[in-house]
Amino acid sequence: MSQARLMQGNEACAEGAMAAGVNFFGGYPITPSTEIAEIMAKELPALGGTFIQMEDEIAGIAVVLGAALAGRKALTATSGPGFSLKQELIGYGCIAEIPLVIANVQRMGPATGQPTSPAQGDVMQARWGTHGDHPMIALSPWTVRESFDVAVMAVNYAERFRTPVIILLDEVVGHMREKVVLPKAEDIEIYPRRKPNCTREEGYKPYTPMADLVPNPADFGTGHHIHVTGLIHDETGFPTGSSKVTEDTIQRLHQKISRVQDEITHYDEFFMEDAEYAVLTYGGTARTAYAAVKMARQQGIKVGMVRLMTIWPFADKVIKKVAQKVKKILVPEMNYGQLVLEVERAAAGQAAVISLPKYNTEIFTPKEICTAIEELATEVVK
Amino acid sequence: MRSYEKYFRMNRLPHIWCPGCGNGIVMKSIAKAAEQLGLDQDNTVIVSGIGCSSRASGYMNFDTLHTAHGRAIPFATGIKLANPKLKVIVITGDGDCTAIGGNHFIHGARRNIDLTVILFNNNIYGMTGGQASPLTPTGKKATTAPFGSVDTAFDPCELAKAAGASYIARGTAFHAKPLVDLIAQGISNNGFSLVEAITQCPISYGRRNKMGDAAGMLKWMSENAVPLAAYEKLAEEQKGDKFPIGVLYQKTAPEYSAEYAKVIKLAQGGK
Amino acid sequence: MGIEITTLKERCKGCNICAAFCPKKILAMDTLGKVYVTDEKACINCGQCELRCPDYAIYVEKKVEK
Ligand SMILES: Cc1ncc(C[n+]2csc(CCOP(=O)(O)OP(=O)(O)O)c2C)c(N)n1
Ligand code: SF4
Ligand code: SF4
Ligand code: SF4
Repeated sequence: MSQARLMQGNEACAEGAMAAGVNFFGGYPITPSTEIAEIMAKELPALGGTFIQMEDEIAGIAVVLGAALAGRKALTATSGPGFSLKQELIGYGCIAEIPLVIANVQRMGPATGQPTSPAQGDVMQARWGTHGDHPMIALSPWTVRESFDVAVMAVNYAERFRTPVIILLDEVVGHMREKVVLPKAEDIEIYPRRKPNCTREEGYKPYTPMADLVPNPADFGTGHHIHVTGLIHDETGFPTGSSKVTEDTIQRLHQKISRVQDEITHYDEFFMEDAEYAVLTYGGTARTAYAAVKMARQQGIKVGMVRLMTIWPFADKVIKKVAQKVKKILVPEMNYGQLVLEVERAAAGQAAVISLPKYNTEIFTPKEICTAIEELATEVVK
Repeated sequence: MRSYEKYFRMNRLPHIWCPGCGNGIVMKSIAKAAEQLGLDQDNTVIVSGIGCSSRASGYMNFDTLHTAHGRAIPFATGIKLANPKLKVIVITGDGDCTAIGGNHFIHGARRNIDLTVILFNNNIYGMTGGQASPLTPTGKKATTAPFGSVDTAFDPCELAKAAGASYIARGTAFHAKPLVDLIAQGISNNGFSLVEAITQCPISYGRRNKMGDAAGMLKWMSENAVPLAAYEKLAEEQKGDKFPIGVLYQKTAPEYSAEYAKVIKLAQGGK
Repeated sequence: MGIEITTLKERCKGCNICAAFCPKKILAMDTLGKVYVTDEKACINCGQCELRCPDYAIYVEKKVEK
């Protein structure tokens, strides 16, 4: 076993990405994500990797998209305003099917907002921030150790599905210090870069989907002379105006993720066996929620907790099951009420869904959430 | 079949550009420069932004990347740093390079990273139908400057020089043969190279500004482009619409990817 | 030894650049707006048409006698 180390969530995220093979980082400094860039600047060269500070966040994602196309595993990190700037090129990564990880350490917005205050206000932006239709994978850790695991997973998913993957950290988890024991390098599974299935002479087409609906575009510099574009393209990679190809492409992009949705839906349940009420939570807020649920349990309230690590694609099936089991679902979030909309949709009226939003720069206290749970348990279900 | 045509994806031709558009001439100059240098198709990447000119990447027989509007240079920077063995050539339009991509252009030059930027300057936003660009000369008409532009235009070559580029040249679609050499020298330069290629957009610019047809616009280039040495001898009042062509500036300076390789060596305990 | 001018009609867009620059004025546009050669024998193989054609639609070559 490796030794226990005291580290921040941001640090664990950077370490996890490197452990999964990330050897290229490009970005622009912004609180509270800057530590990720700083760690990368320090650590990557020793690994033979590359760090570059770009002129803005758009350049920060463009440079990693370029590096990914030239064979590197690449990461960029940012927060609120920078995440907004990156949106067009997140869409580029989706359509051109470029593996890439974006770590977004959320802070309070809109605009400069409260720059050093924690928030979970980018949940919907992570899903819908760029224009047009595309699926999205977003993962949100709740502990320092899980920040490491999520980073490894994000890199692997990006490679396996050839798509941008978002790590939704928040200031709480990003800046929190915990003692962690990281896994040994040999115990970390790494998904390798996908390779062309045949040569140019054998009729290689870079965007032919394989059985898993994911294509194998060759890395630049490997002699395949491929064309990559953000225009809708056919299997050759060249643009086409065809309605059929357009429809098929948009469908395939969604299906390559939806077909593995169960596999990539990660969550945990606590005290759910006999639960009559549930708290649905994620990220830094989940830590407080956990304490609150325990407090409520001590008062004899049959409340459980479901903690989502996979935010997108949304865990519809999980929520459906929970809604069938409990009377009410409480959704505390450090925003005006975002993921609660998805919970409502997925619960489809089977359980009452109650939003507990918080947007005043302060994090939840266990007491606050516990009080909300008490209210759930005393109010009569309408 | 000409020998430089191996650098074209012949099955993608004819290209989409309008009759008389100068982009085809500049693109041929790039292919000829590639031939002159014997560029290895397996180790050369063409990166472009968005615009009529940026469609050139799709016709060129290398690994090619058609990025987003204005962002070709940072994508290219990633490719170069990820694999410094690759020759990376950027194709961009005047709006792409100096408006939406202006900051990236400045910072690419500042880093003196080994990219060759070929700026197809048609003084207009061609693809979107003729809006003014930062290189539309003052007084010229555009759909968004119907009374003539009141903006002052950039000189992208001066801009690149001030920012740190190590090779700067200007050519025109009329001077197609010398343009080949200017591009070839730019590709050979180990650092950030800018080749501004003045080209004609008869459809969205020439027509609106009564510059005649494509041939008329080429003739305008032949009359107004002056080799640098001769240009410098012109009196101020003789300059008018005239502009200098040829290699405008050259220097030796540390190249970014080579400098970063030193960082790697240092971090790995070397010196 | 003659000169051979090859025109690729499927590529020609009828922009008239070649005709405008031909010193012998032997290139013209047909009714479909495609280039054609009016008098190949008068060609002096100056290469202006090929050099300036933006569409790679005209090539000039010295005819090799077989
Ligand atoms: C972010 C964004 N903004 C605007 C556009 C629309 N757009 C496409 S090309 C273009 C201008 C192209 O002009 P230029 O770069 O000069 O190239 P040209 O077409 O003249 O070759 C614009 C504004 C876009 N595609 N993306
Ligand atoms: S609009 Fe202008 S730049 Fe675009 S293809 Fe037509 S002539 Fe060329
Ligand atoms: S220059 Fe080329 S495209 Fe234009 S008319 Fe002549 S052959 Fe046709
Ligand atoms: S080679 Fe010269 S003379 Fe002959 S057709 Fe072309 S432009 Fe005219």
